[in-house]
Amino acid sequence: MEAAAHAASQTDAEPRTYLNHETSLWEWLTTKDHKKIGIMYLISLAVVFLVAGLLAMAVRLELMSPDFSIMSASQYNQTFTMHGIMMVFLFIVPSIPAILGNFVLPLQIGAKDVAFPRLNLASWYVYIAGGALTVTALLVGELSTGWTFYTPYSSQQGTAVIFMTGAIFVSGFASIFTGLNFIVTIHKMRAPGMTWNRLPLFVWGLYATSIVQVLATPVVGITMLLLILEQTLQIGIFDPALGGDPILFQHFFWFYSHPAVYIMILPAFGILSELIATFSRQRIFGYRAIALSSVAIAMLGFLVWGHHMFVSGQSAISSIVFSLITYLIGIPSGIKIFNWIATMYKGSVWLQTPMLYALSFLFLFTIGGLTGIMVGVLGVDVHLHDTYFVVGHFHYVMMGGSVIALLGGMHYWWPKITGRMYNETLGKIAAGLVFVGFNVTFFTQLVLGSQGMPRRYYEYVDRFAELHMISTIGSFILASGLFLVLGYALHSLFYGKKAPQNPWAAATLEWTNVAAIPDPHNFTSTPLVTRGPYDFHKADEVFGGSGDGQARGDGAGSDASRLAPPEAAPSAPKEDASA
Amino acid sequence: MNDSGTFWLPEAASTVAAEVDGLFYFVYWASAIIFVGVVAAMIYLAYKYRRRDPNDRPEPVEESRLLEISWIVVPTILVLLVFTWGFQTFVTLQTAPPNAYQIQGQAYSYGWNFEYPEGAQTTDELYLPADRPVQVRLSSREGDVLHSFYLPQFRVKQDVLPNRYTSVWFEATEPGTYELFCTEYCGVGHSQMLGEVNVLPADEFDEWVAEAGINEDELSLVELGELQYQRNGCQGCHSLDGSAMAGPTFQGLYASERAFADASSVEADENYLRESIIEPDAKVVEGYGSGIMPSFAHLSERDVTALVEFIKEQQ
Repeated sequence: MEAAAHAASQTDAEPRTYLNHETSLWEWLTTKDHKKIGIMYLISLAVVFLVAGLLAMAVRLELMSPDFSIMSASQYNQTFTMHGIMMVFLFIVPSIPAILGNFVLPLQIGAKDVAFPRLNLASWYVYIAGGALTVTALLVGELSTGWTFYTPYSSQQGTAVIFMTGAIFVSGFASIFTGLNFIVTIHKMRAPGMTWNRLPLFVWGLYATSIVQVLATPVVGITMLLLILEQTLQIGIFDPALGGDPILFQHFFWFYSHPAVYIMILPAFGILSELIATFSRQRIFGYRAIALSSVAIAMLGFLVWGHHMFVSGQSAISSIVFSLITYLIGIPSGIKIFNWIATMYKGSVWLQTPMLYALSFLFLFTIGGLTGIMVGVLGVDVHLHDTYFVVGHFHYVMMGGSVIALLGGMHYWWPKITGRMYNETLGKIAAGLVFVGFNVTFFTQLVLGSQGMPRRYYEYVDRFAELHMISTIGSFILASGLFLVLGYALHSLFYGKKAPQNPWAAATLEWTNVAAIPDPHNFTSTPLVTRGPYDFHKADEVFGGSGDGQARGDGAGSDASRLAPPEAAPSAPKEDASA
Repeated sequence: MNDSGTFWLPEAASTVAAEVDGLFYFVYWASAIIFVGVVAAMIYLAYKYRRRDPNDRPEPVEESRLLEISWIVVPTILVLLVFTWGFQTFVTLQTAPPNAYQIQGQAYSYGWNFEYPEGAQTTDELYLPADRPVQVRLSSREGDVLHSFYLPQFRVKQDVLPNRYTSVWFEATEPGTYELFCTEYCGVGHSQMLGEVNVLPADEFDEWVAEAGINEDELSLVELGELQYQRNGCQGCHSLDGSAMAGPTFQGLYASERAFADASSVEADENYLRESIIEPDAKVVEGYGSGIMPSFAHLSERDVTALVEFIKEQQ
């Protein structure tokens, strides 16, 4: 972060930007600027993603062939456990809201900052405390419960489990703080004229996410606390040896962890709406349907947790009810897919790297959704449950959906965050590698699963050998793509071309009304919003065809001088700003 | 196990497998069609409306109410159809026929014990009769963790819990050997918690279960002899009630006078009986053909003695 700040302050001395303002380490660590907190989250989460990703590579390497082995069964169990816990609780759940939500949300609604800047900073420290507890858990013992912590296995695993569940309890507060902050910010801090119907869909996605974060996260916190109490005080809650009920734990766990799936995917939906609209230069098709379906998913998401437990021994009637609601939640997701595709109709589709990720998302998330329908079918789920089919399905949703959208969003907002352009050619190559590698890795796992390969197996029978080999090869392609992204991202911080204010000719406020590198206080004057977030066609009315010269960038190609951006929103009159 | 599975699914070896597979493929093809449609539309639109000029300023498209309603209604109908079908299959999977053969299964870290009503016990091997509904009542050992009983070729799975019974039923269709996996993560030995499922034709199963259920060392010679009489199929030719079959009845055989085709005769003592079991054609009683009865020389000394004692009892 300092490198970026340093580079920016040297080459770009005149205007005050958030990167050359208050640059000491202490000022960063005590900053209340939502943009800097977003960057602090970005760096922390990138580290977690790297570590958890390397753990995944170790898992794939171990499974490459039945005879090949790089670790013991116990080490293997710890490896996939940490991969799952870090990816879910410490990476994907916070990722989009904490990085891009923090950075972009106030800019998009025309606010100076989030409603509670100190709480925002506190959330980062709480998250770091959660990370520290995770490291402690690794130091005090072996953790091999899987990310699901099913009892009574987890009750028998000793102190590492106590620290890890403590870490999840603590880092849950980071989620809650962020969610609370966003809800209040969206309600109270919108610029004049920024009505609910003019909110960018990324903001709608974050709003729905925040509701789920605030309502669901306490449940996992309580569950983790009960686990700790059971182990330390030996009171029977979940452990049958003490008179508890292991299925109760599964209910509690999934009551959070299913909504958590929507915490992970709803902000991704938001990013996708931004990408598809901007790179199609077309108003989003069915704005209201997309916005409201996010809220519908957030609500219905609380009523489907039992579909993780069709073969657990819960009553058949519960299973049937959960299956039915699960189908109903599939519909709003489907609606979004159709709307995004229809948005390209009669648009001007510009296949830059972020758009390639958006199209990848449509491809992968559709597979994720349809395999979700497959495992939601009661009779078929009995066969597929706890096999690699489920592993494939949730990677298609979590990685093919959430992480791909995050990558698309990072490329899209990279110029605004760093003031630099990344290398477009390398970006496209990496997007291709990620897409191909992902499918080779995880489509194979769908086949493995339907063939009967169980999850969390250190060894497997010979008939699965070929497919495991293909999956491992795919994971190497995927990793090469991701490392390429890391490489050119770091390179662009120092050597990337300077970004213009609005390289994509986007129409939302963070591009039209904010400098190339944002001012510490975002806007020099509060914008007055008079149009929707995707009214690309209105640019000509203001500028009469070609742009004002401020809005071109490397991303725009050689014809950049003719690129016309949508108009900036006018400033709000001073006396209205307080209203 | 033969390799008659498809690209997606392993071999199907239970009555419910056909139903599950039909449903799987219905959802699969419906999904494939939707997926191809989505991707084709995406590629077509991305190409047809590709950017030709950075100054492109497309007209905003009016939303079509009809289109939006149709892509809400059609998928809803489809998923409700799939739900109903999946629900019916699930009810089948959950409802064991009342006459199902009962096997008790106990899971432990890391293995499986099975106990049959006839008293047979097996470890990591499950024997099943073909074409007969079977219900396995499952529990995990006291103080143990969760496991899950999964027969991929049968398309059934059920979690196994300590301190509680769960059950699963199925009807095997094809004799053969199949896989049993534990599918609920249970620790370092999870991936070794495998079992072998042996499906036998119903009659072979009955024999197996009768045989396997008894500890032969604890039987008296007469009881063991009766077992060997059934196990070796003696009852096919030698009755116990005096009726004539392919071979002489055992009733009243011991100590009787045996007349042979060459007009000689001998008293049927222990050594005569023994010789007839081991070398049946040495002396053939008049009226019966030679070369019909096979030799049972492979039986152990105790088994032969047991048979002799059993025959002696048939007065």
